[in-house]
Amino acid sequence: MNITKDAESDNGTRKKGILKKIFLSHNIGDFIFERLTLLFAVLVFFLVILMSYEMYQGAKLSIDTFGWSFLSNSVWDPVREIFGALPIIYGTIVSSLLALLITVPLGLGVAIFLSELAPGWLEKPLSFLVELLAGIPSVVYGLWGIFVLVPWLRDYVQPFLSDKLGFLPFFQEGSSSGRGMLTAVLILCVMVLPIISSISRDILRSIPQNQREAAYALGATRWQAIKIVLSDARSGILGATMLGLGRAIGETMAVTMVIGNAAKISSSLFDPSYTMASVIANEFAEATGKLYQSSLIELALILFVITVIINSLARLLVWSTRRKLGVH
Amino acid sequence: MKLNKIILSLLGVLFLGTVTFAQVQLNGAGATFPAVIYSKWFDQFKTNSGVQINYQAIGSGGGIKQITEGTVDFGASDAFMTDEQLNDAKTKQGSPILHIPTVMGAVVVCYNLPGIQGLNLDGATLADIFLGNIKKWDDARIKKLNPKLTLPSKNITVAHRSDGSGTSFIFTDYLTKVSKDWESKVGKGASVNWPVGLGGKGNDGVAGLVKQSEGTIGYVELVYAKKNSISYANMKNKAGKFIEPTFKSVTAAAAGMKKMPEDLRVSITDAEGKDSYPISGFTWLLVYQNWKDEAKAQAFVKFLKWAMDKGQGFAEDLYYAKLPASVVKMCEKKIASITANGKKVK
Repeated sequence: MNITKDAESDNGTRKKGILKKIFLSHNIGDFIFERLTLLFAVLVFFLVILMSYEMYQGAKLSIDTFGWSFLSNSVWDPVREIFGALPIIYGTIVSSLLALLITVPLGLGVAIFLSELAPGWLEKPLSFLVELLAGIPSVVYGLWGIFVLVPWLRDYVQPFLSDKLGFLPFFQEGSSSGRGMLTAVLILCVMVLPIISSISRDILRSIPQNQREAAYALGATRWQAIKIVLSDARSGILGATMLGLGRAIGETMAVTMVIGNAAKISSSLFDPSYTMASVIANEFAEATGKLYQSSLIELALILFVITVIINSLARLLVWSTRRKLGVH
Repeated sequence: MKLNKIILSLLGVLFLGTVTFAQVQLNGAGATFPAVIYSKWFDQFKTNSGVQINYQAIGSGGGIKQITEGTVDFGASDAFMTDEQLNDAKTKQGSPILHIPTVMGAVVVCYNLPGIQGLNLDGATLADIFLGNIKKWDDARIKKLNPKLTLPSKNITVAHRSDGSGTSFIFTDYLTKVSKDWESKVGKGASVNWPVGLGGKGNDGVAGLVKQSEGTIGYVELVYAKKNSISYANMKNKAGKFIEPTFKSVTAAAAGMKKMPEDLRVSITDAEGKDSYPISGFTWLLVYQNWKDEAKAQAFVKFLKWAMDKGQGFAEDLYYAKLPASVVKMCEKKIASITANGKKVK
């Protein structure tokens, strides 16, 4: 009896303790707000887990049927229900990497100019314009691609390249339509540029001013000082690049409109190609077979996994630079 | 507390509102190709009868999926359901599904060759172009079909649909019938593994590809070629005549069918008859034979009867071909077989 009574009163005091705590904080609103935000944060996490689980379930049929050959087979044939994603994965990765190859030096140049060199009156409007690029909907880029970029590439750039550099496999005359890998890469460049340049600019700015002053004090030229700043910021810049890569890999609309949509691996940049996001956007609505649908979901799963890996790597890198430098 | 009361009473009003004004409302989804005439029909039918029919043009595959899952009252498709799909739907919804053809369309082979009108093509040549075996416009086989035209020595660029589509189904169904090579290498389907060419999204995507670059050949619904004023080819039919795609030649293709199957699931590509355009097809409404809701069944049967009769009159203004009288008769028989909970619908 005594024991239970003790336990009861113990329980009672504990309850009182919690209540006291709530009242001590003087604001029940704060308490509710805190728990509510916690709930939302957990919900996001839960959503990601649920999404991966659902996608895995959806893709299970295809995973069981094709196994690893889904990644290595290069036939995508809905009629015979043979699905191999190699050309599609290839198209996704090559278009994104090539876009980065062009954009990273360009974006870094913009970032250096904006954070280190630009006079104040130029810096503000320029930064604004660069960030504006990021806000344009991708379908608008796609239309611009179709009506401006495609004819220009077809009539001037492709003939010139295949004439002068045609001995290289990349510039061999393939399809003469102006739609293909090269067009997609260029569109992606424009779309990724604002991400890379604005994040890099922020990273460069976060390098403490005394680093530069120290460099100048030791007699460094401007270029040498910038080099020091750059080397301090390198992992942050790498992070920005990864975020750009994430955007490029997941881009759907603009790429679908200009890449030519053919699941083939070709060395020539003028030939049409395909990306995972485009295949899903194109074919999902009409995918009637169970295996067909499942294969498309597996593509989505692969895309999801790649994007998660890239984004987490990027976050980690950006975070580690800031921590090392003690900047928040 | 006060707020709660207000919300409750508001909800009540809304709910009552829906009850008092509840009218028969039907929902359907499916093919994009007939969406234009369907929305015209549903609009007209609403003013005549007060029945509201909503239609979402989500694509033929989507229409089949939704009627199978029972999330819509009717579906629509440019490609008929396979036996397997029909069985699946029957086990899930407990009712067989009827195919009711509504209008017809043609797929035209469009091309971009400045100054060249009235190109003639036959099935085998077309298949070889889309297989990538014929690469130049002045290939001997194309020349042979067009002795009067001077064809340029240009590369042929093939344009096809990148999204799954009933248009592709009709087109590849035709190629499968006329070319053994196509049948063994590619086959027919809403999306296939195209051997060559560029993919454009939607009819307008393909029309855009063709319009934009010289030497491109593609296929679109007749409407799109007409509206975009792109040149299109005359196709050689089974009787050996070169036929221009028109409403008449499409309707002729359906009339040319010697034996329509009883369930109306039929492909009319490469049809018999000397005036038949060979790349034509029906578009179907997918309807439960046995409905669970009697009021809905009644309304829809009324609509179907109207569509077969007055509805056909709207077709040609909207660039669709009418059903031939013989097919209308068969449809009416099908419509008469619709039941609600086992009882005949009047």
